[in-house]
Amino acid sequence: MDADLTLDIRNLQTHFTADPGVSKAVDGVSFAVRRNETLAVVGESGSGKSVTSLSAMRLIPTPPGIIAGGEILFRGRDGQVRDLARLSERAMRSVRGNEIGMIFQEPMTSLNPVYTVGDQIGEALRYHQGLDRRAARAEALAMLKKVGIPAAERRLDEYPHQMSGGMRQRVMIAMALACRPTLLIADEPTTALDVTIQAQILDLMRRLQEETGTSILFITHNLGVVAEVAHRVVVMYSGRIVEEGDVRSLLKSPRHPYTRGLLACMPHLGQRRGDGGRLYAIPGSVPSPVNRPAGCTFAPRCALAEPACLAAEPVLEPVGPDHSARCRRWRDVQ
Amino acid sequence: MSTDVMTEQPLLSVRNLEKRFPVRGGLLQRPVGWVKAVDDLSFDLNRGEVLGLVGESGSGKTTAGRSILRLIEPTGGSIRFNGQEITGLGTAEMRAQRRRMQIVFQDPYASLDPRQRVRDVIGEALTIHDIGTRADRRDRVAALLEKVGLSADAMDRFPHEFSGGQRQRIGIARALAVEPDFIVADEPVSALDVSVQAQVVNLLGDLQRELGLAVLFIAHDLAVVRYISDRVAVMYLGRLMEIAPSDSLYERPRHPYTMALLSAAPDPDPDAPKSRMLLDGDVPSPMNPPSGCVFRTRCPFALPACAEPEARALREVAPGHSVACIRDDVGVG
Ligand SMILES: Nc1ncnc2c1ncn2[C@@H]1O[C@H](COP(=O)(O)OP(=O)(O)O)[C@@H](O)[C@H]1O
Ligand SMILES: Nc1ncnc2c1ncn2[C@@H]1O[C@H](COP(=O)(O)OP(=O)(O)O)[C@@H](O)[C@H]1O
Ligand code: SF4
Ligand code: SF4
Ligand SMILES: [Mg+2]
Ligand SMILES: [Mg+2]
Repeated sequence: MDADLTLDIRNLQTHFTADPGVSKAVDGVSFAVRRNETLAVVGESGSGKSVTSLSAMRLIPTPPGIIAGGEILFRGRDGQVRDLARLSERAMRSVRGNEIGMIFQEPMTSLNPVYTVGDQIGEALRYHQGLDRRAARAEALAMLKKVGIPAAERRLDEYPHQMSGGMRQRVMIAMALACRPTLLIADEPTTALDVTIQAQILDLMRRLQEETGTSILFITHNLGVVAEVAHRVVVMYSGRIVEEGDVRSLLKSPRHPYTRGLLACMPHLGQRRGDGGRLYAIPGSVPSPVNRPAGCTFAPRCALAEPACLAAEPVLEPVGPDHSARCRRWRDVQ
Repeated sequence: MSTDVMTEQPLLSVRNLEKRFPVRGGLLQRPVGWVKAVDDLSFDLNRGEVLGLVGESGSGKTTAGRSILRLIEPTGGSIRFNGQEITGLGTAEMRAQRRRMQIVFQDPYASLDPRQRVRDVIGEALTIHDIGTRADRRDRVAALLEKVGLSADAMDRFPHEFSGGQRQRIGIARALAVEPDFIVADEPVSALDVSVQAQVVNLLGDLQRELGLAVLFIAHDLAVVRYISDRVAVMYLGRLMEIAPSDSLYERPRHPYTMALLSAAPDPDPDAPKSRMLLDGDVPSPMNPPSGCVFRTRCPFALPACAEPEARALREVAPGHSVACIRDDVGVG
């Protein structure tokens, strides 16, 4: 694995037993996150984003799920590379919340309602870093200040339910970064927040990353958020990567009809119905991983589909510098 | 919008609408205070017009929409629909009006009864209002399904057999069944995937135009709201901050809160300016809103005078463009 990579996922297969058969929720996904980089994974619901991030943290419920194949190479603080897919659960416990920080959409699901915020941040520091109670409390306070929580001394002794959604997400960020992880995994961290609060949190995450150099795997369904935070982007569709590249070239000149369509579906702030235009819409809906069409997964919804698209699945091929797309006709996507 | 529509009497006139909810606390769940979910809301809506309603969660959009339909009882103010005051109407009289005012809900999963077949989901209102014979109703349901882009044989299936987007189409068909003049669409696409949102927005837009519907379109996605709306109203903590024709509101916002909302909306264009007006802090508790301008605790332009009661007044700054802000020197240009 290259020296500048923090995470290198290779051909990940995460499956769930379904009735009948098996649901290949993540089916051969490969991508890497560099040091100092935010990689966004974007896609509609059910495309396999969360299963990818849960796999990386080894939090897939087994059964019904299983990491059926692939490698999850991770470089920790000591510079050593480990394959998380094969790490013992015991070793994983010293990675999670320590070398890999995690933030989820709904902070209440990961904050314990019966402990104060200070105790919860302090707990991670005591468990992973061996700090004593006093030092952990001081460090927790410093983290709360760092994530912009006003009156941090008072907040330290409050319970999560006493805080607003935005404050709780700041607490989650403080907790996730407390042990100075090399990788932060954030799964839709702003989806439940209002736009003005989302803007604050995105701004905070950008600032903290510049300061700490932490790599971020940022999962979202929102291409606007992608443009705000990401350096590179992976687009998922029905358990597969359909396009990836640096944020600028992917958003400016998408080469997969799905990415192109997703961008076209979003009305621009200046677009008006009064001008006579209808919104561009992708027909149909995302296929379930249990019933994935043969050949190109996107073919049933694709305006450019031709018979050859149904015969075999296209490969992810280079379409420009640091930009690939899984489409036979990428040259025709304007 | 043509000028003759403007001069006509509005289909809906809302004046000083208020809805307070008791807040209960303690072991005995006694009322410990009040939340003014909607406070002093006034606006008009013309026939065939789409008014967008935006604001962050908790600003009172849903409460406003439901109070106007009297699905919940307003605690103050007046609502004139088709020239008739509806706030005091009894059940029977209200039923006659309700035929003309319908709602489409946000959650297409929760808002359809899972035990009802689609034909009954859509046909129920026809039965309630005694419209048509049994056979007529069946034909009508079939026609409605086709109108919303589903096939007529969908009528014998159950809601869970459909995707989110298809369920929202069923919800729209249900609202249209009784041929209303006015629809409240409360976040009708917020729960849908982006690629499906556009399908449903197009459908709503087409039907609105074809049927000449007046729509109160509630949403938090500002781009979708601008796309579909003739005018847009912005709420914060239960109060109206700004209301204007869409173009004026988006191109010349006059209220600092509107400016903040617009600048916070993430834009997928990597070249869009990233400079933004970041608001400090959170929305204050609605139980205890700030005096004067309710936005003042987060407003970067607040002055001492903003705490005075006069700062609440809505004033017209351009034709059809009203704003509840005492300052005239921010954001023009
Ligand atoms: N615990 C589970 N059991 C069975 N299937 C699951 C489970 N978790 C996720 N899946 C399936 O995996 C697919 C991808 O889900 P997910 O990764 O959550 O999508 P996304 O985060 O992109 O919305 C979906 O089809 C989902 O139903
Ligand atoms: N049934 C209710 N009882 C008490 N408070 C309520 C009730 N419904 C809404 N509220 C409160 O009224 C305010 C406005 O809510 P709502 O109309 O749902 O806002 P929005 O739709 O803009 O998110 C919020 O503070 C909310 O908590
Ligand atoms: S391979 Fe064919 S069907 Fe698939 S996205 Fe490209 S053009 Fe469309
Ligand atoms: S009245 Fe004052 S506090 Fe309110 S929006 Fe205007 S400047 Fe800001
Ligand atoms: Mg997810
Ligand atoms: Mg609402």
